[in-house]
Amino acid sequence: MRYTPHTSADREQMLRAIGIDSIEALYQHVPATLRQQSKINLPEAVSEFAVRQRLAGLASHNATPADWSLFLGGGIYHHFIPSAVDAIISRAEFATSYTPYQPEVSQGTLQALFEYQTLICQLTEMEVSNAALYDGASAAAEAVLMSRRIQSSTRRRVLISRALHPHYRAVVATYLRNLPHVELEEIPFAATGATDTEELARRIGDQAICVVLGYPNFFGVIDDLSSAKAVCSKAGAHLISVTTEPLSLAVLKAPGEFGVDIAVGEGQSLGVPMSLGGPAFGFFACHKKFVRSMPGRLVGETVDCEGRRGFVLTLATREQHIRREKATSNICTSQTLCTLAATVFMSLLGKSGLRSLAEANVLRAHDAFARLQKAAKLEAVFSGPFFNEVVLRAPDIERLFAQCAEHKIVPGIRLKDYYPELSDSFLMTVTEMNQREEIERLVHTVGQ
Amino acid sequence: MSTPSVNNQRSRARAPKLIFETGSPGRSAFSWPAEEGKLEKHIPSALLRNDIANFPELGELEVLRHFTRLSQRNFAIESQFYPLGSCTMKYNPKINEIVARLPGFAEAHPLAPPELLQGALTLLHELELMLAEISGMEHVSLQPSAGAQGELTGLMLIRACLVDRGDPRKKVIVPDTAHGTNPASSALCGYDVVQISSNERGVIDAATVEKAMDETVAAVMITNPNTLGLFETNIEAIAEIVHARGGMIYLDGANLNALMGIAKPGPMGVDVLHLNLHKTFSTPHGGGGPGAGPVAVTRTLSEFLPVPRIIKHGDRFELQENCPKSVGRVRAFFGNFGILVRAYSYITALGGDGLEDASRMALLNANYIRKKLARSYHLAYDEPCMHECIFTDRLQQRSGVSTLDIAKRLLDYGHHPPTIYFPLVVSGALMIEPTETETPETLDDFIDAMLTIAAEAKEDPELVKDAPYATPVRRLDEAKAARKPVLRWESSSRADNSED
Repeated sequence: MRYTPHTSADREQMLRAIGIDSIEALYQHVPATLRQQSKINLPEAVSEFAVRQRLAGLASHNATPADWSLFLGGGIYHHFIPSAVDAIISRAEFATSYTPYQPEVSQGTLQALFEYQTLICQLTEMEVSNAALYDGASAAAEAVLMSRRIQSSTRRRVLISRALHPHYRAVVATYLRNLPHVELEEIPFAATGATDTEELARRIGDQAICVVLGYPNFFGVIDDLSSAKAVCSKAGAHLISVTTEPLSLAVLKAPGEFGVDIAVGEGQSLGVPMSLGGPAFGFFACHKKFVRSMPGRLVGETVDCEGRRGFVLTLATREQHIRREKATSNICTSQTLCTLAATVFMSLLGKSGLRSLAEANVLRAHDAFARLQKAAKLEAVFSGPFFNEVVLRAPDIERLFAQCAEHKIVPGIRLKDYYPELSDSFLMTVTEMNQREEIERLVHTVGQ
Repeated sequence: MSTPSVNNQRSRARAPKLIFETGSPGRSAFSWPAEEGKLEKHIPSALLRNDIANFPELGELEVLRHFTRLSQRNFAIESQFYPLGSCTMKYNPKINEIVARLPGFAEAHPLAPPELLQGALTLLHELELMLAEISGMEHVSLQPSAGAQGELTGLMLIRACLVDRGDPRKKVIVPDTAHGTNPASSALCGYDVVQISSNERGVIDAATVEKAMDETVAAVMITNPNTLGLFETNIEAIAEIVHARGGMIYLDGANLNALMGIAKPGPMGVDVLHLNLHKTFSTPHGGGGPGAGPVAVTRTLSEFLPVPRIIKHGDRFELQENCPKSVGRVRAFFGNFGILVRAYSYITALGGDGLEDASRMALLNANYIRKKLARSYHLAYDEPCMHECIFTDRLQQRSGVSTLDIAKRLLDYGHHPPTIYFPLVVSGALMIEPTETETPETLDDFIDAMLTIAAEAKEDPELVKDAPYATPVRRLDEAKAARKPVLRWESSSRADNSED
């Protein structure tokens, strides 16, 4: 299959117009040593039908919710996506355009991004949102970097909760590793599964740049932002909340209500397929006073020369294509089409729909948990309130997972690789997509 | 060619309202069976919110019509020629969209046990091998989410390797023609940026690098072909100089679409490069992403690649997280997998010969435009180009018409403009990258428009300077947007447009 339309007559005519007799003449200045080693040894072209066959074959070797009961979350969630979402993002006008550098012919993308920024502000109750970053983990890293830019350079400590998603902690560490004058320290979690804010208060000192917490955290527990904020305010540190399950914000008190300084997270839950964890997008919201330090694109409202409302990329002087090494971030291409999916998703579900979906998650997850407790004597490791996932301890976890696998069930994510102290525990997630029969089968299998 | 007068009809259509200005309280496009129980039983009410203030309330058709109408206010590859230089706006095949949506891919969970993800891991492993072959490198990581994250990852690899040898060094050399992401990524990796100039022919002289190179330089970042559309003919000599002083060559692979089957980065002496799958490998640009920016490296650098690594044991694939020298994770999970599936589909469809054909036709199309416009527009460098050609507004400036004006006037003729005012070393640059998937008829249509504009610039410069006329909105007041940023809608009762 080729997508080049040129006939041999086209080629001849074009070569004549250029005034050369072969295409090779166009690259004869490429050193011969390089041209001699340029052959690409890959299989020959195949038909579109063959491509589809091969990819379908590979896809069939992955477990999906259609043939397996997966109680998996941990930052990526199986939620219902209305058909209208894919219908909109499949439109070529959105899918095959690029970064809206020419606003006169990009008003569709620009207005949708402006609406996205507004929706994120509403959901998080923060003042400003950018037009999104790569994913929740890199958004958390960018939040720490922004905080570091804003805070006095004498401050050097970044305090990060051990209950934050382990991948996110790893990414923050990667982003900070090569920068001078910054130390990363972990804050332990308490028996509730929430960040130990008493320990935080003891450790924070007066040189902390920021404190980073999950909300809800990796254990599904709704962390105590109120206490954390009190500690941070006293110490002059920024509080950064990281939400890996944004659907929870439809029922939970918003980060902004607690006075969080930067609220970031992963947006996948809002209308983007799981797709092995990407692409989705990272959301990033903060106080208005930080706007000129923000990373990523920002869309602003303005008017055209005839007074009509229009939207443009704005405050570009923060960005790499203008500021180069002094930019607030190196990000260029982001995840716009995924933010569009989230914008359509939030518009469709709206005020009542998003809430009812979130409620369904809370109720179904707690129902499943109660039944497992009763029938299978599985206990929660932590006592804190949770949204749609909970850490359970299984005395013989190997056997439990093996038993479940025989029935095509994955009861959750094993925590041994992330938390050696929780090697007998797993994180079980229940969303609205886990059918009642599946939960029955899980309870029955585990109860055996 | 579309005529401005026809499009004018559209420009008078009423602009869509914001989603927040439509709908009605109590309306929703969603229903879900109610669950038994009460929220407050499980979560303390002090942690619960009442309501999301001002959130949308619309019916399904209302939402669809809103976004469909927004879409009609965009230019896109499938409706317009989109020769945005350095962005490689080639056709995005439909089959890629179909396969990425197969439930086995779209509904795969990243934290499922690897034995349940063998199809995905096979695909990732094979794509690593394909990209290694295309770039002439040893190993590939598919983790980085986009080109800039690939750059950052690549520089981290270099730094980690140099640290391992005992000294991370201090500086990265970046040519004046580089993408802005190059210096920005260097800074984020803790390096000072040293800029060097290209010569009068638009390429870097080995002597320039020789002069700037010393034992404090970690890497030289080179884009090849560079952003002037010219092949860096001295790259082998430059690599030798840099390697002799213990430094490394980072290749910005944004322009790989010019090189497939013509020259591989590996033999040039490159130590690490990133590839933009949303450019060379046809994945859709999505209005600004998602893309993917895999990095390809030499054997020396492979032990520093990000985790997880995909390891083949017999006929099974496993994930390796424990790599002591790895730079760590650059993002959660496995990268932009859905984009990786599309690139795999594209490479499989084209095969090695098809990729070579793509690059050759990209060169042919770019040089055709270069030749046809060379008498009416000033060429920044008057010699054969690779996949893109750079003109300037020097001739049009005589009547006061600038590159921006030319770009805006092109909109009236129904074409997306080239990249403008980049690279920075060319005053008033117009960077045209047609890509290989365009027919000569489309190129002729664009060329006609450019020639018409050149004539208009001479005869009626004001016409060009006030363009566009036929677009949904006309020139926008960007200064106003930046001076008093309005970055979100607020209900009129809470309106507060001032910045703190």
